[in-house]
Amino acid sequence: MTDHPTPTLISRYATGDDGVDDVTVWAVEAHLESCAGCRALLADAADPAARQLLDRVAVGIAAGLDAGPGPVRRRRLRRTGVAARLLPWLATTTALVVVAVLLEMVSGRMPSPVLLVAPLVPLLLVAAAWSRRTDPAWELIATVPRAGLPLLLRRTLAILTAVVPVLAVAGWWTGHSPALWLLPCLAFTAGALALGGLVGVDRAALGLAIAWSVGVITPSLVGQELPVVLQTRSWPGWALATVALSAVVLLRATDHSRLRADRS
Amino acid sequence: MMRAVSAAETAPTTYAWTVHAENLAVRAGRRLAVNGLDLALGTGVHGLLGPNGAGKTTLMRALATVVKPAGGRLDLLGENVSGRADLRRVRRRLGYLPQHFGFYPRFTVREFVEYMAWLKEMPKADIPGAVQRAVDRVGLTDRADARMKTLSGGMVRRAGIAQAIVNDPELLLLDEPTVGLDPEQRLDFRELLRDIGSDSCVLVSTHLVEDVAVACTDVVLVHEGRLVWQGTTGQLAAQGGTGDAGDSAAERGYSALLRAHRERVAA
Repeated sequence: MTDHPTPTLISRYATGDDGVDDVTVWAVEAHLESCAGCRALLADAADPAARQLLDRVAVGIAAGLDAGPGPVRRRRLRRTGVAARLLPWLATTTALVVVAVLLEMVSGRMPSPVLLVAPLVPLLLVAAAWSRRTDPAWELIATVPRAGLPLLLRRTLAILTAVVPVLAVAGWWTGHSPALWLLPCLAFTAGALALGGLVGVDRAALGLAIAWSVGVITPSLVGQELPVVLQTRSWPGWALATVALSAVVLLRATDHSRLRADRS
Repeated sequence: MMRAVSAAETAPTTYAWTVHAENLAVRAGRRLAVNGLDLALGTGVHGLLGPNGAGKTTLMRALATVVKPAGGRLDLLGENVSGRADLRRVRRRLGYLPQHFGFYPRFTVREFVEYMAWLKEMPKADIPGAVQRAVDRVGLTDRADARMKTLSGGMVRRAGIAQAIVNDPELLLLDEPTVGLDPEQRLDFRELLRDIGSDSCVLVSTHLVEDVAVACTDVVLVHEGRLVWQGTTGQLAAQGGTGDAGDSAAERGYSALLRAHRERVAA
């Protein structure tokens, strides 16, 4: 409404003048709700008794507010409670990397254990973060709008920020190029999410971990030779795989809207 | 504490039933726990009754969009959720208390309900007020800042109800909500149900006929994954004769309906 009621009309409204008909009263009321200027006029137009009453009420409310409980302090880090359950898994993963580094230091001849385990490092945590068995609130999470790819990506990102520094230290210590430990690690994470849309993220992550162990780690330990896929010239392949699998994850976002309960 | 009502809430709905299932089939493991169920629910408090293994929990999980129906059609709040639909809009208007629900033990009640409100994509500015209101409504005000792991079973149940109602859902699904509540809390809970049921659709799964008789306006009776009977609480009480098992009219009605259904199936 753009037309302001006249000051005369407002003062007649304030005093409850019988000459103002109902329709006008409603119009004035509707206008007053949205116009601070006219509300100020209304306050001036009110008779002294009413103003005294309003003052008394304001004082009473202020006293009640002072006596009542204060606003609740918000804890900023409340969501760390969700992450805390993954700490044992993070410890296990870190231990795995430490063992790999030690093995590499002790025996120089065998194929680099750090490079061999790097793709597996995030998988354990990704599986734990999105599994019905390890998430106590799983049944509730499965019904919320934020469940699905956005929440999955959020948790995956948190996991990567935790494990990539561990791998970085291990890679720097043993002198390997980041392309050979970071890219496989990212490619396998993206692969777990992409495959997870079909079979469930936890199953996909564990399946990939087993496939890598059986298909690459075992033969290279037996043959005492670093596999072709982990040699320096293979990094464009890993980069390509990471990009392609990430694209698949984003394109198949709706696969994650149900948390795989239909196969549970 | 009152809450301001927005224009979107008073807008007329464009669908006839909040829950509409046609020939619905839902799998629980390999078994079809819900098989060929037809159901239509509108505003009000509906009690879901049935013997153990009748498919109540499976039906609740399908309505809560946890499991995808194996067959048939399911519409919630006017949107089809049986296919590869986008569930976010429906899920925002949904409240669900599972039969067994887990929580993060380090959370306080307030943090737990806040986290659920965040997961339900509520506007950030509304969350603190809505959380306080939900906690007040279930009577946990003085334990709001206690950690979840220090609560008794009944209190955990009430915290679960608080997270279900925090977003003022239009469809509220409660699976065995009264387990662990003492008689007084049960009375409060019935009052809360009537309050919420005045403008939303509430489905309460229970095996306690007395809960349904007192707190619900309608009764849905399922057996072996199918709808056996649907009617008002008064009609349920009228079904039973003096020869039927049960201590109250509603219980006698319940056993009469089940017996009649079993005889029909056997014949």
